Amino acid sequence: MEYLNIVFHEVYKILFLLIPVLVSVAMIVWLDRRVWAFVQKRQGPNVVGPFGLLQSLADALKYIFKEIIIPSSSNKVIFILAPIVTMTLALIAWAVIPFSATQVLADINVGILYLFAVSSLGVYGIIMGGWASNSKYPFLGAIRSAAQMVSYEVSIGVIIINVLLCVGSLNLNDIVIAQQNMWFVIPLFPMFVIFFISALAETNRPPFDLPEAEAELVAGYQTEYSGMMYAMFWLGEYANILLMCAMGAILFLGGWMSPIDVYPFTLVPGAIWLILKILLLFILFALVKAIVPRYRYDQLMRLGWKVFLPLSLIWVVLTASYLFYFNLLPVN
Amino acid sequence: MIAHAIFFYTFSVIAVVSAIMVTASKNTVHSVFFLILDFISISCLFIMIGAEFLGMIMLIVYVGAVAVLFLFVVMMLNVAQQKNQWFAGQQSSKHIPVGLIISTLIFVEVIIVIGGWKYKPEIFDINNSIAQTSISNTHSLGQILYTDYIHVFQISGMILLVAMVGAIVLTFRQRSGLKRQSYIKQISRERAEGVEVLEVQSNKGVKIDD
Repeated sequence: MEYLNIVFHEVYKILFLLIPVLVSVAMIVWLDRRVWAFVQKRQGPNVVGPFGLLQSLADALKYIFKEIIIPSSSNKVIFILAPIVTMTLALIAWAVIPFSATQVLADINVGILYLFAVSSLGVYGIIMGGWASNSKYPFLGAIRSAAQMVSYEVSIGVIIINVLLCVGSLNLNDIVIAQQNMWFVIPLFPMFVIFFISALAETNRPPFDLPEAEAELVAGYQTEYSGMMYAMFWLGEYANILLMCAMGAILFLGGWMSPIDVYPFTLVPGAIWLILKILLLFILFALVKAIVPRYRYDQLMRLGWKVFLPLSLIWVVLTASYLFYFNLLPVN
Repeated sequence: MIAHAIFFYTFSVIAVVSAIMVTASKNTVHSVFFLILDFISISCLFIMIGAEFLGMIMLIVYVGAVAVLFLFVVMMLNVAQQKNQWFAGQQSSKHIPVGLIISTLIFVEVIIVIGGWKYKPEIFDINNSIAQTSISNTHSLGQILYTDYIHVFQISGMILLVAMVGAIVLTFRQRSGLKRQSYIKQISRERAEGVEVLEVQSNKGVKIDD
């Protein structure tokens, strides 16, 4: 009985985290479209609900009532599994995100590695969907995304090493607390820029949305999907974007820490600060989508391997030498 | 303790079954998916014995990168067909002795390790050095890896580097007639050299390419 109580308590905590995440994913889609529209001097979705806030809800209803079509020559098990994998991986990563010093579902020692591992698994949803569709466009999209995500993960990993050198711990809360005096965005600003661009590539956002480049591949790996399964891909993608924003906020913008350590600011709970930082990064993501044209594929690969990887490696050497020379290495 | 046992048996059964399915499934892409499942359940087992760093690295390196490339290659080559032809033909019997020798070697190694661990547990006494200190698995790995074992660590890194360079050199071939794009040229192209405005005279036309 006691054991069951613990289980129920955990389930309650998980639901308390997941439901806000899902709702905010729906809201963030609306925000994305609004920002995109405003940059182009359009109105964007503004009809359903106040300011069009309920647009995503209407879209979700539409997707639920649409028919799910499974192509007859597809590999059915993997075809159905693919959106589930995408969605699950996008949601399980939120378990380690700290919303304040105590408000974290799983405060594990290797939090940042867990985040990195889950985000690197995200590619499987896309590959499985593309391959199981048994059709040319999805397959090409899946192959593209596999190469793209693997390439940009490498530079994200090296950037994480930069931050970890300054922290001396893999725990996400320790990373946030290490930024008490100065956010890492100031000393590691070039790394922040590279992280941001790599995050765009990792989440298949424009200008790196080649896996679903609609001009060439119809909709890439999502071409054969319809109804709720398409919506799950879509939700998973946005949940991944939010996750990347959260990762950026924790690694570089001080996580749940208030910008200035003065009285009225410290009253605001940490969760609010984290959400504000995630929103800031997300609006940047949306702006980039609106103003930058799509990259060519060879340029994308060149940027990842020949520009970002050497730059971030050099920065690792610089950071390590600086910390070592001035005896600032975190030792515990 | 019961919960621990339940989790352990779940993950280990999944690991063993998926390892069997890797070799048993007809479709090569399915084999790779089972391999991924195997990797994931083994990393769960690593986490359960407290080797959290190893488990995560297993996920990142094997599942996140190596298996993606496996999948990539298997999907590109239509291996499923070739494999069936290969089994149907007589070629497969030639390779059986090699496979037998290698699998016997691995089997003997496993027997030595398990047998030694069973009858001389003090040789494999790693638990005392790590588990009894309060520092985490990651910390202790870092402290050992870059101090006591730095040379071994660097040598293994060099071996991997040599293997990588070797693989690239072996598969690299220079093809003639490739069209290459130079970014410097593309970016530094000016309007003056790209566009030419001409008065077209009637019945004469212009020369487009020269």
